[in-house]
Amino acid sequence: MNLLRMTAAGLGEAMAAGVVSAREVTQAHLDQIEAVDSRVAAFLCRDGERALATAAAIDERRAAGEHLGPLAGVPLAMKDIFTYRGLPTTAGSRILEGWHPPYDSTTTTRLLDAGLVILGKTNLDEFAMGSSTENSGYQVTHNPWDLTRIPGGSGGGSAAALAAFEAPLAVGTDTGGSIRQPASVTGTVGVKPTYGGTSRYGVVAMASSLDTPGPCARTVLDAALLHEVIGGWDPRDSTSINAPVPPVVAAARRADVAGLRIGVVREFGGEGYAPGVERRFTEALAVLEGLGAEIVEVSCPHFDYALGAYYLIMPSEVSSNLARFDAMRYGLRVGDDGTRSTEEVMSLTRGTGFGAEVKRRIIIGTYALSSGYYDAYYGSAQKVRTLIKRDFDAAFEAVDVLVSPSTPTAAFRIGERADDPLAMYKADLCTIPSNMAGNCAISVPCGLADGLPVGLQVMAPPLADDRLYLVGAALENALAGRWGGLLLDTLAESPGGAWLGVAGEDGR
Amino acid sequence: MALTAADVGRLAELARVHLTPVELEHLAPQLDVILDAVASVSEVAGADVPPTSHALPLTNVFRPDVVTPSLPVADVLAGAPATEDDRFRVPRILGEES
Repeated sequence: MNLLRMTAAGLGEAMAAGVVSAREVTQAHLDQIEAVDSRVAAFLCRDGERALATAAAIDERRAAGEHLGPLAGVPLAMKDIFTYRGLPTTAGSRILEGWHPPYDSTTTTRLLDAGLVILGKTNLDEFAMGSSTENSGYQVTHNPWDLTRIPGGSGGGSAAALAAFEAPLAVGTDTGGSIRQPASVTGTVGVKPTYGGTSRYGVVAMASSLDTPGPCARTVLDAALLHEVIGGWDPRDSTSINAPVPPVVAAARRADVAGLRIGVVREFGGEGYAPGVERRFTEALAVLEGLGAEIVEVSCPHFDYALGAYYLIMPSEVSSNLARFDAMRYGLRVGDDGTRSTEEVMSLTRGTGFGAEVKRRIIIGTYALSSGYYDAYYGSAQKVRTLIKRDFDAAFEAVDVLVSPSTPTAAFRIGERADDPLAMYKADLCTIPSNMAGNCAISVPCGLADGLPVGLQVMAPPLADDRLYLVGAALENALAGRWGGLLLDTLAESPGGAWLGVAGEDGR
Repeated sequence: MALTAADVGRLAELARVHLTPVELEHLAPQLDVILDAVASVSEVAGADVPPTSHALPLTNVFRPDVVTPSLPVADVLAGAPATEDDRFRVPRILGEES
């Protein structure tokens, strides 16, 4: 039995059947992290001792006859933006270096209650700002498919950990694509739930009207199982939706698109899209059509302005949210020499502690919100947000879901876009509209272009998250029939993936 | 529109982010490119389009007014850069001239 290649659902079943213990499963993943993370750099910190203790406790409860949930004992990697007592929370920023949160995020609490075993915290672009993980204040994470390339961002650490078989599950946050774009470029599955469907309590805030925690996994069913654990109303988040979690697990198991109307967004293609990405996308559409779905073209004219509006709204919220890093109550303090004023210390600390991208966004946000420019920038962007919502509403009158490539290109090279912010921002072209409108979306692998993973995005109306899993699982099943497994299985079994040590029935 | 290094310096001051002269020179043209790219946003929507500030149409979310325990003072102060007498210690808050 190759524990590292198994799905979370499979591990849960094997543990429930007593075939393997949670402790063995956790140890196998800690060993894998030890073996490959020097090359991947997915983890900012590990929590091996506590993880093994948690796993042992799960084993004891099971031995005592307790009936546990489907993911009890399954290891998980956590993006270092969720608070979790006992480990530092850095959000990828030097300004929070060494800070230990005094409370757990709601996501953390729900994971622990469901018996998941948290292996450690994963790398991200500083405060989740970026599409490559190169903006982390600590380290650059590498894409297991090609270590010279980016694993996407901001949740590149979580996605790379899944692709390197260091963990079967991870959690991330998606403000403009930070779960879906990393999933797309690493051949994994990532879901941005409906805004308010998952709690923001205990998540270091970037842009509060957009931030959405969500599940990351290697299969659609695994993502659904995790979605069910972390989703649902939280009275501690006033923007949380007081409604049941949509039936995502049932949808992932049903995996049927017969009669479903699927709309292809006309605006997402052509110039700027890699030919290989468009080819895999078109082929995936044919697969879905072959499964009985009806494919129609849909126009969402205002999606062309989504990127621009996002880069006004998001920085505006960033400039306001990050005001809390004031060098007074927690985190870094620089220049407090007894002569400088609070204001000077604040300014020096923020100048030292924030990286270049964070500074860029704070300055843009400050500009967009300043008097005289507010109406032209922030005000206009809010109106465009209305138009994007209307485009979605009109489209969902005609179709059940919308689809597009998840991102215009496959993984680019580390350093390639580092000093060209605009080129970096375009990685989120297809993912941003769903954050602006608050609806849900998923990225699922749909093939390789020049040896690198390509993702297909499915978008569904608010609170219809189950449709994402229906379509995602149907596509995954059909493609698995052709590939003989998951896309990541082809990496695991290839010479290029030999260093991962997970080939064959027994693995390492 | 061209943002000068001086403009960026003024914005950085408002945002309380100290930037070095090198950073100012580097940032100004980058911000210019970004603002150029987003400029079209102001031309899209007519006066009749209402703004959307939030994805959900939620208003007035209430909870029962019940007292719950706060975090222990020691836990809250544990991450502070400086403390004194169970409080956050901060640098002087008034300028030299005051």
